[in-house]
Amino acid sequence: MTLLRITDLAVSYQAVPAVRDVGFDVGEGEVVAVVGESGSGKSTTAHAAIGLLPRGGRVDGGAITFDGRDLLRLSDKQWRGVRGREIALVPQDPAVSLNPVHRIGDQVAEVLRIHGLAERRTASLQAIELLERAGVPSPELRARQYPHQLSGGLRQRVLIAAALAGRPKLIIADEPTSALDVTVQRRILDHLTSLAADSGTAILLITHDLGVAADRASRIVVLSQGSVVEEGSSVVSAPTHPYTRQLLAAAPSMSSALRPAAPPAEPLVSVRDLAKTFDGGIRAVDGVSFDIPRGQTLALVGESGSGKSTTARMVLRLETPSAGTVEFDGRDITALPGGDLRRLRRRMQIVYQNPYASLNPKFSIEDVVAEPLRAFGVPDRRARVSELLEQVALPSSVARRKPAELSGGQRQRVAIARALALKPDLVVCDEPVSALDVSVQAQILRLLADLQSSMGLSYLFISHDLAVVRQLADHVGVMREGTLVELGPAAQVLAEPESEYTKELLAAIPGSRMRNGLSTTGR
Amino acid sequence: MVDLAEAPARHFHVKVPPGLLLAVAVLAFVLLAAFVPALLTGHDPITGVPAERLHGPSLHHLFGTDETGRDVYARVIHGASLSLRATAIAVLVALLAGSALGLLAGFRGGWADTAIMRVVDVFLAIPPILLSLALVTALGFGTTNVAIAVGIANLASFARVMRAEVLRVRNGVFVEAARASGVRWSGVLLRHVLPNAAGPVLALATLTLGTAVLEVSALSFLGFGATPPTPEWGSLVAGGRSFLATAWWMTTFPGLTVAAVVLAANRLSRALDGGDR
Amino acid sequence: MRRYLLRRFGQAVFVLWAAFTLSFLILYLLPGDAVSAKLASGEAGSSATPEQLAAARAEYGLDSPLPVQYLKRLVSALHGDFGRSVATGDDASHMVVTALPPTLAVTGLALVFAVLFGGGSAFLGTFTRFRWLRQALLSLPSLAISLPPFWVGLLLIQFFSFRLRLLPALGTQGFETIILPAVTLALPTGAIIGQVLAKSLATQQEEPYAEIAATKGASRWRVHFGHLLRNAAVPALTVAGVVAGNLVAGSVITETVFSRDGVGRITAAAVTAQDVPVVQAVIVLAALVFVALNLLVDLLYPLLDPRIARTPEVARG
Repeated sequence: MTLLRITDLAVSYQAVPAVRDVGFDVGEGEVVAVVGESGSGKSTTAHAAIGLLPRGGRVDGGAITFDGRDLLRLSDKQWRGVRGREIALVPQDPAVSLNPVHRIGDQVAEVLRIHGLAERRTASLQAIELLERAGVPSPELRARQYPHQLSGGLRQRVLIAAALAGRPKLIIADEPTSALDVTVQRRILDHLTSLAADSGTAILLITHDLGVAADRASRIVVLSQGSVVEEGSSVVSAPTHPYTRQLLAAAPSMSSALRPAAPPAEPLVSVRDLAKTFDGGIRAVDGVSFDIPRGQTLALVGESGSGKSTTARMVLRLETPSAGTVEFDGRDITALPGGDLRRLRRRMQIVYQNPYASLNPKFSIEDVVAEPLRAFGVPDRRARVSELLEQVALPSSVARRKPAELSGGQRQRVAIARALALKPDLVVCDEPVSALDVSVQAQILRLLADLQSSMGLSYLFISHDLAVVRQLADHVGVMREGTLVELGPAAQVLAEPESEYTKELLAAIPGSRMRNGLSTTGR
Repeated sequence: MVDLAEAPARHFHVKVPPGLLLAVAVLAFVLLAAFVPALLTGHDPITGVPAERLHGPSLHHLFGTDETGRDVYARVIHGASLSLRATAIAVLVALLAGSALGLLAGFRGGWADTAIMRVVDVFLAIPPILLSLALVTALGFGTTNVAIAVGIANLASFARVMRAEVLRVRNGVFVEAARASGVRWSGVLLRHVLPNAAGPVLALATLTLGTAVLEVSALSFLGFGATPPTPEWGSLVAGGRSFLATAWWMTTFPGLTVAAVVLAANRLSRALDGGDR
Repeated sequence: MRRYLLRRFGQAVFVLWAAFTLSFLILYLLPGDAVSAKLASGEAGSSATPEQLAAARAEYGLDSPLPVQYLKRLVSALHGDFGRSVATGDDASHMVVTALPPTLAVTGLALVFAVLFGGGSAFLGTFTRFRWLRQALLSLPSLAISLPPFWVGLLLIQFFSFRLRLLPALGTQGFETIILPAVTLALPTGAIIGQVLAKSLATQQEEPYAEIAATKGASRWRVHFGHLLRNAAVPALTVAGVVAGNLVAGSVITETVFSRDGVGRITAAAVTAQDVPVVQAVIVLAALVFVALNLLVDLLYPLLDPRIARTPEVARG
């Protein structure tokens, strides 16, 4: 039985089309995934299905029927009866999706109260029950707490409890775990799908991650630039559309080849027993030691709060270590004074995670790239800038533009060009691709690899994503709560990990079905 | 280049909203009045025509006449020069002193920050009108003293905004990126922090333009500004108080002028702040 | 919670002390002898002999070195003594305190009007779905804030007293006399509250939790009133505390316009007469009102937003 049927849907924002001719079905109790990159229209489609398009959004045509009713013809009042009771939403970012001034229990109970499913007293008892079912430990205590007292994973469980409260027929999960760490991600998705299966609730899963879609959904709908390019149960195993193939190829899967084992090399950077204690006694990094061999890549991997970024910043002396030593090219730089440190900056550079924040919005691209050259009084800056832009495969026409006129991938290229301007020995890449779409990610990673071999760069590569690390790393260090739990050659750590934590991280990477080449029928 | 296609298009607002246009026109007119009042009126602002005492608005006397037969419109036009000069002084004092304090606090940090911001807190705890009254008590009466007093009374918000902007920009990733590429702090300050912090501070300056017009005219209304018969917008309104029942134009038009200038300044400030909707 | 309160209280005491010190610096230090001459002439007529001047200086404590003067005045001020008025010879703080009741009556009513005007325009302006009504309501505050209060007062007198003969134009006696001054004071105050609340409500409207509330089936009213308002109230409350503190100072204008007795009238007269002790007493009083209101606001914050002043207990999920 078809539960939700979208046909020829067209949505526009202030006359700019966002979605055209999108159509697919979701059967009762079925899990369907809608996959696409940013701007593909996947989120717009989801919001149209619950009747809450952002301001300026308008449905121009098509039909959305749910359980035999035409949703596009519902009055406000009828919609209120549908939302929460028949269709519920699990949102993208649990950090901002709960009302910060209301108690957890009340926010779950609100659904019951709105739809008259419970009285005030029974509603709060039921809310506790729902929290427990959603996997929230000590639910009586949590129900009385406020959102800021809960971790991200717990908040998402609360939102799942609220979504299930009205016993809806369909849950729309809009990137439900993309803001969470991988290990948490997996547990939350497991829980959501099993609860839905128990109650026969259908799930429309919106995601950018083909791996997540392949693992969870019986059917996948691939969206690109507002239209469906491919749909079916064998999208991953036997893609027919070139875009899907491109997406699959770009996905940082665990099946891609590792780098050949790196020959032994002199260390460029040697870190010994590095530690950082912040005000308030929080030990962010505790006793970390590693080498970065010349011309090779050391990847530091860990979830949020593991101390990987702080470690990288200490290597660059952007943060002063509380203990331990950092040696650069045989010289102890742990306590280098200001002037010497500034001169040292010629030889070590950084590429940041967010290319939107790391470029001065008032500067032209030429000024951005030329800034390190200017700082060290390098002559012939203009010629050098166009050379650098060419190296990162940007057209020279961007030199006059402002960062706001460039796409995310282009900005990250600019940031790389700036990092290379002084021909450094070491480049620290702090999550350089995690703010980008997968296809752009693949391009940037390839660029980094090419530059490394042509310029003999050494990389310290920071990432939360083991799959991303795979393509570039010669050595991998896994960090957890400030300590290095495992360190070794990439082949060893990624293929035959010793520590339990690394194994857990590897298992949590979505797309296991994709990797194993299984067909994606059934749950 | 695959990612060239996703480059966001830039939207330029070519159309200037009519409200903003009107605001600019009002300010231009008042500036003209301040510099060449004779261009806008032929009447004498100081000596009246006794035969034309307390005439209502007409084509000959647009804003009517006062109790000595002086043309109210001419007095408003000639009052622009003093009132605007006072406003300009007030805004400059607040802008320069306030921004300097904020810049120092934000950039130096540490005890300088603490000390400066504590003083600023105190400035904010005393209502601006009262603070300027205290300063006028000490400095003495007159337009310039009133202007300086209003300027000092308003410097606290400049210090706050400047400091907040400096801190925001200073902690920005692109500033750290500059520092990581070896740029000196002085270069960071001049090329990154100041240009990025200037926008909100200038928007505040235009907003303070409106506030300053209001406060300067309020002090002048209370009688602490220029000595009669020199016209000033606030004292013109005060002068009409005794004739409220019989000659409504004597208070209404000068007050309306103040309101129009303040509205125009606020509209301009909103446009500069990028808050145009 | 207790630490939060203690810290707030400490800050309040500091601000009071600093307001006293700042006013001392401005009033007794800035032009130096101009004021002491005024003090002397106020006491002894316009042509004071050098002996009279010296006597007056001694009487007002101006002959001792500045730090000594400052300490003496600070100690007296702690006992509520700001010296005697130069113009009338009365005790300055007594003058100010006895003038307080009529001023507080007007400012109290003005605060009520301001909250109704600002809160109402912001709430309805962000709630309504009619574009024209939204724009009209949301531009009310920026209009109100641009009008010179002294002029608004005179217009109100012209219209309600002279034209309609509904309310008295002048005077201090009776409830009717406080309505027009309160409206005059409330307009700019309410405008600021309205602007901040509207902006804050508009920000909250864009927050994902507002959409989540709607996906539960909540009505627009329930989302706006039940979810958004409390989150948006914190910045509005902050600014309300600040502008309410300015109301007493605003009465300098309204009490002059409406010829009412009160602190504002006394202040205007004291500035005219360069009556330093009275001006200082008024400043410290205004700072006291400001500090008291802001302490009240600080106490209200934790009731509105549980994130303020509680130690976070973040658990792992």
